[in-house]
Amino acid sequence: MSKRSATVYWTGFSIILALLIVAPLVLPEFWRRFVTEILIWGLLAMSSDILIGYTGMVSFGHSAFFGLGMYGAAAALLMVRPPNLWLAIVYGLIGSAAVGLFVAYFSTRLRDIYFAITTLIFSQIFYVIIFTWTEVTGGENGLSFRRPPLAVPGLFSVPFSPETLHWFVLAVVTASYLILRRITQSPFGMVLQSIRENEARTRAIGYAVERYKIVAVMLSALFAGLAGVLYALQNRFAAPDFVYFLVSGETVIFNVMGGIGTLVGPIVGAGFFLLLREAFSRFFTEYYLIPVGVIFIAMVIFLPQGLLGFMRRWLNQ
Amino acid sequence: MGIEQILAAIPWETIIIQTVNGIVTGMILALIASGLTLIFGIMDVVNFAHGELFMLGAYIGVVVMATSGNFWLALIIATLVVALLGAALQITTLRPLLGRDPLTTILATFGISLVLQNYALWQFGPVARKIQEPFTGYFTLFYLEYPWYRLLIAALSAAIIGAFWLFLKYGKYGIWIRATTQDRVMAQAMGIPVPWVHTGAFAIGAGMAAASGVLFGPLVAAMPAMGVDWILKAFIVVVVGGMGSLGGSIAASIFISLLEAYASIWVSPAQAGIVSFVVLILTLLFRPTGLFVPTPK
Repeated sequence: MSKRSATVYWTGFSIILALLIVAPLVLPEFWRRFVTEILIWGLLAMSSDILIGYTGMVSFGHSAFFGLGMYGAAAALLMVRPPNLWLAIVYGLIGSAAVGLFVAYFSTRLRDIYFAITTLIFSQIFYVIIFTWTEVTGGENGLSFRRPPLAVPGLFSVPFSPETLHWFVLAVVTASYLILRRITQSPFGMVLQSIRENEARTRAIGYAVERYKIVAVMLSALFAGLAGVLYALQNRFAAPDFVYFLVSGETVIFNVMGGIGTLVGPIVGAGFFLLLREAFSRFFTEYYLIPVGVIFIAMVIFLPQGLLGFMRRWLNQ
Repeated sequence: MGIEQILAAIPWETIIIQTVNGIVTGMILALIASGLTLIFGIMDVVNFAHGELFMLGAYIGVVVMATSGNFWLALIIATLVVALLGAALQITTLRPLLGRDPLTTILATFGISLVLQNYALWQFGPVARKIQEPFTGYFTLFYLEYPWYRLLIAALSAAIIGAFWLFLKYGKYGIWIRATTQDRVMAQAMGIPVPWVHTGAFAIGAGMAAASGVLFGPLVAAMPAMGVDWILKAFIVVVVGGMGSLGGSIAASIFISLLEAYASIWVSPAQAGIVSFVVLILTLLFRPTGLFVPTPK
């Protein structure tokens, strides 16, 4: 990265971060919540970008990771007294990692379209299990719980206010972004990108492609699970709807709209999608997916790089 | 427990009834899956919207039945309308994507499925609508009054698949389709209008999905979300049967439907659905190329 370009990048990063920090103080309640949701969905989309954009595997099963993160958090918050924020995160990560391992082990045997279909079917397996296992998961109604306080053991413990929740989400998402960015630039990330460009050649050079793919899926699952935990914290419930494959589909839509292989693109895509939903809901009520779907199809055909695709090289420096 | 007791404990009559049920469902599934396989085989498009075409077929069946009262008319009109719609969708959204990464076609058809599903919800509402069956005869199968119509579905599906197979084997356009599937560039060089073959194949696949929608309409009611269950099952069938193999997906449809039918003797239908997932996992573990295709060299 040239020095000047780096300065521009980090300046832009700081400005956007500053805007997001100030956002809850100036925005009305509705839009504050809206921005928080964009960040959470953005994290989910970003986690899936590791697979779609960097490894070249389109996952249609991210709802399983997201949902298990939610249910993991729910388990921690319902079973352990007093409810503990950090334990919720740990449980959520364990849940999504377990599912991630299962899905990764089986689905990485297949490539391209077959991978997409099997991840979709696997997410549906977990949906059926969660939906029908009413005694444990609450079935159709899901589980609701109380939000744990924001606490650092031995230091302080305060209940979440809308602002602190926003900042907490922002901190987690920013940290995740920086970690993921570092990972994609590491030698490991380079191998993933070389799998995307030419899998056979990567294998021929001597990399154990299967192992790299399994780790990539696991990594992606962990961050998706983290997004699930944040969503559970924000909404104080876990519901089977979020394990349904429609969520996975939306995750892919975020990626395509924002621009795959950029990490920030998916967040922008999530924001764009939620804004479109908000705008069209006014006219089309619950049928907003008709115009949004048409826009999405048009973007797939005419703007395959997504909104931020033109910045891709620059963002990955 | 002696062997006689075990034999006596098996509910033979129920098993025979479930065999018939499984074959009926299997034939419907085969009809859907063979359209999916055709589209996938010829243009590497995984048609996510296939379930929605099935659903639209059922709805058009409902509408035509309500106005004309003739089931056969409904079947033909629904097939033709959805085939035309399929052709239009192919020309507007999939043709520009030809030559791009096949994954983009998944995205485009996923978009189509969202639009169609919500359109149906908007147009017909969330309430289930039933198609009246063309005749309501029953025959006695052990302790059950079994409707003839179910057997007719299986027979009709088999007839459509058989006609489709003959068409592929001997029809001029069928040979075009097979040639394009084998080698797109060579087919073009031989003067076959490849883009139109793609459109035609998509229309045929869409029409088959619609026909199965109408045929299946009397058994389950038409619902906006009905396509989702079937598309997932059809995906499983296509993977288990071996991607792109027509015979394989037909065999897999019947195999999986039979297993599910047997499983539902002991567990609830929702849980019986897990059987197909298990079959999928086992297939991926031991034979990822598909159960019903010859081992690739």
